[in-house]
Parts: sequence; C-alpha cells; structure tokens
Amino acid sequence: MTGLVTPLRRARGLGSAKHGVGHFIGQRVSAVALLLLSPWALWTGAHLAGRDYGAVRGWFGSPVNASLLILVVLAGLYHGQLGMRVIIEDYIERPLTRTLLLIANAFVAALAATIATVSILGVMFGGAG
Amino acid sequence: MAQTGQSTGGRPLSPHWQVWRWHVTMAASILHRLAGMGLYLGLLILAGWALSLELGPDAFGAYAGALASPVGSVILFLIVLGWLFHLANGLRHLFWDIGKGFRPRTADATAWLAIAFAILGTVGVVAALLAKGKL
Repeated sequence: MTGLVTPLRRARGLGSAKHGVGHFIGQRVSAVALLLLSPWALWTGAHLAGRDYGAVRGWFGSPVNASLLILVVLAGLYHGQLGMRVIIEDYIERPLTRTLLLIANAFVAALAATIATVSILGVMFGGAG
Repeated sequence: MAQTGQSTGGRPLSPHWQVWRWHVTMAASILHRLAGMGLYLGLLILAGWALSLELGPDAFGAYAGALASPVGSVILFLIVLGWLFHLANGLRHLFWDIGKGFRPRTADATAWLAIAFAILGTVGVVAALLAKGKL
C-alpha cells in the first residue's frame, strides 16, 4: 500500500473481467455436446462403412443426418481447436513460433468447419448426386 | 544429482522424468492429449471425406479407397481407439470438474477403466464390422 492509490484502482485492468473462464467453459460445454453426439457418430460410421457413393449420399440427404453430422464437425473442431491451443501454449516457448501456430490452428479449424458444412449442405440439397 | 545444487542455487528440483515413478493417472493424462490431437486430425479427415462426397463419385471413390487401404485402415482403427479413450477419460475430467473422483484409489481405478473401455470398445467395433462382412 503506497500513497493514495486504493486497492481497487490498483487491481482494475489487471485481472479477469469475468471473461477469463471462457476457454474453460467452452471446452466443457463442447465436451458434453460431443459426449451426446458420439454414440450417433460412431454408429453412423459403422453403418456407412463399405457403402457405395449413392448409399452414402442418400444417407446425408436426410436433414436429420446432415444436421447431426454438421453438429459433430462444428462441436468437434471447436473442442479440438481449444485443446490444440492449450497444447501449443504449453509446449511452444518461442513467441513468434507460438503465435504463428496459434493462428494456423484457428485457420485450420475454421477452414475445415467451413468446407465440411458447405459440403454436407451441398450433399443434402443436391439429392443422390 | 551432484550438480543440481549449482544449477538451482540449492533449491530442490521439481519432480523430474528420471525420478518420476510411472503411474496410470499420468499415462491417462498423456494419452488424453495424444488422443485429442489424433481426433483433431480425424476431424480434418472427416471434413475431407465430406468434401469428396460433395465433389462426386470419382473423388469419393478415391477418398474411400484411400481410407480402406492398409494405412487408411490403421488410421481409422487408431481414431476409434483414441475416440473411445478420449470419451471415457473426458468423463473423468467432467467428474473432477464437479469435485468427484479425486481420491488416488478412485482416480487410478477410473484411469484403468477408461483404458479398458477403449480397448474393449474398439474390439467390439471391429467385431461388429467383421460380423457384418465389412472388413
């Protein structure tokens, strides 16, 4: 305690403004979503294994199946991007390398999410191809 | 260990991998990260698969063929194994988040359970695919 600066004035701007737990909560919420989606996704993977092009397109012509797959991809990439961010932050010490990898991580997740969503919607609206 | 005093100014070192007794909760923690990275890669493979499905029969045939190749099959097998482990071990994390399951004996037992679930579940998936003639 020095001079006329109050404890509140000293603390302002230095700590959490209730946003610090965003990463933690996002990781958990997406984990619960993936916990619920995984049985469907695993079953669908086994169901579609070995099927030909027409059968797989037909399966994702259903709005329910297409929506669930989009949810799996988006929740999964969001969750994976958060997890990979922690791994990069934990192990990569050089600031430039770390920053470039964090940007690459965000770009890869966003790109894959976009490609998958557009493709699945295309399959759904395009019918059996 | 004679030189540690010089490099740390006499302070004790934190546990080091050379003196760190192997234990299953540590293995589960490392496997969780490894599996998570593998699953991230798996989602990129899934996105590519969706793209090939939209592009047409030729692209899809080539993509599905690559996944059915020996290397592709091993990758898919590891994805299922890592998926089931990350799922079960993630459940441990969620229980820890509400303050449950921290007792060493409980944590050890649930770590082994997660590993067993992943192995048995993967065997189950392979057996189901074999039974349906898909492998």
